[in-house]
Amino acid sequence: MIAIGQIEKAAYDIMLKAAIDIPEDYEDGIRGMQKGEKGDLSYFVLEAMLENYDAAREDRRPMCADSGLPRYYVKAGNEALIEGGFIALEKVLRQATARATQDVPLRPNRVHPISRQDNNNNVGINAPEIDYSFEPDADWVEITTVHKGGLFGTDYRMLFPGDGIDGIKRFFLDVMISFGKRGLACQPAIVGIGLGGSKDTCMVLGKQAACLRIVGNKNPDPEIAALEEELKQMGNSIGMGAMGFVGSSMVVDCHIEVGYTHTGGMPMSVHSFCLSSRRASVRIYNDGRIEHRTDPNWFTPYTRRNTVEWQEMVSA
Amino acid sequence: MAGNGERMKTVRLSVPISDEDLKSLEIGTVVYLDGLIITGREKVYKHILDDGEDMPEGLMQRCNVGFHCSPAASVDGDGKYSVGAVTATASFRFAKSLPGWFAKTGCRVIIGKGGMSQKHYDEIFVPAKAVYFTTVGYGTGALLGRGIKEVENVHWLDELGIAQAMWVLRVENFGPLLVESDLQGNSLFEQNNKEINEKIEKLYEGLRAPSLSRYGETDNKRDELI
Repeated sequence: MIAIGQIEKAAYDIMLKAAIDIPEDYEDGIRGMQKGEKGDLSYFVLEAMLENYDAAREDRRPMCADSGLPRYYVKAGNEALIEGGFIALEKVLRQATARATQDVPLRPNRVHPISRQDNNNNVGINAPEIDYSFEPDADWVEITTVHKGGLFGTDYRMLFPGDGIDGIKRFFLDVMISFGKRGLACQPAIVGIGLGGSKDTCMVLGKQAACLRIVGNKNPDPEIAALEEELKQMGNSIGMGAMGFVGSSMVVDCHIEVGYTHTGGMPMSVHSFCLSSRRASVRIYNDGRIEHRTDPNWFTPYTRRNTVEWQEMVSA
Repeated sequence: MAGNGERMKTVRLSVPISDEDLKSLEIGTVVYLDGLIITGREKVYKHILDDGEDMPEGLMQRCNVGFHCSPAASVDGDGKYSVGAVTATASFRFAKSLPGWFAKTGCRVIIGKGGMSQKHYDEIFVPAKAVYFTTVGYGTGALLGRGIKEVENVHWLDELGIAQAMWVLRVENFGPLLVESDLQGNSLFEQNNKEINEKIEKLYEGLRAPSLSRYGETDNKRDELI
């Protein structure tokens, strides 16, 4: 049984880590991009961002003041036992959000959409979002927090099967260029693409592809992995870099997730996880062991299953 | 390539920034600031311009720099303020408030994210003898936070909330910022956009347009959305 107090503390700790410590995969990715960057201004911007990561770590202060929309992803093992169940879990995730907002501090960004009422704690109606997934044969709960800005860099479009790969490339370029100008998307970013599903699934998959897969991770389907690589190269060949200055640093990595969709359609979403890609994960076992990491490990063979029955993958 | 960022021209300026300093600024120069800056966004502009609230007396004689941001700050039980990080919010949304803001406050510098359009520089900034500094990244929140030495005051905290109140910040070596527009209205972003736009049509060559079009204000890839 996982003690509920342990979950609250872990959820609070990852909010703090996410706000302050840039994930290693992302920092390495930016260093790699900087090496290839020939635009002086874009190079300077990346240098300033790398200094900013250092400053955040040394001072234990947030790397970015726009705390975005702090939220949680929960992956529950089928054998996990949570004290008080999921109602208790949701309560402590809200508590942890409010506590971290005061202590880190995070900016109290969450307001009512019409009245603009701010509870000053990043908690409110449908906030923080808590997304769930499940994992077979697992006696743990894994919690990930993501702080992602939300105003620019995301778009959705209903494409059709006849639009083909050309349609995907065009829409990808549209989003890169329209939000890349002046750096509104805070690029270079991890670009997540959702393909297929119903409209809402398409948005969710693209968002999760951007925020829950690390730089360097490839989709296990070789065809999709090849498209990820092609779109990444395409984004970095626009001639635009950080802040929309002349350069090449647009896409640190490109991740695509697919879902079976309507036979007549091919919906597509594009999401940009920015220069302050804030994510942190923690796994808590039934026996109280706890593991911190920056890889959310969200997309597993189980979440991408393509059959009626789930069969454990047999490793060769 | 290593170290080419160090080739950037860098200046350190005291606030209030003098006429001479403003005149000498060239776009693309890196700036660090010392002195007082004030924050302001939607609700501050509404408070001052629509609701007719007066600026705190004497403040603008000591500070001619406004910052489009809201800090990641918290107010402790004993009334002390703690600011962890600051990053800018996109400025183009505030264009309609800026003529009134410049006229009422005498502010000469706006710090923000993304700059303004050429039209706004020509019609609002140049007549007000104002320039624009862009933050870098975006999101050097920790570096900028380091540059804040003290919260001198915070105005209208109860009415406007933490994120939207007007924070008066005493800063030291606050940066990096980039000179985005000068007194003539030249813009670093506009200059870079022109160069990038030269290549844009070529990127779409050979890619068939989608079968279903969309309504929109622009489908010209050279245009900006702001």
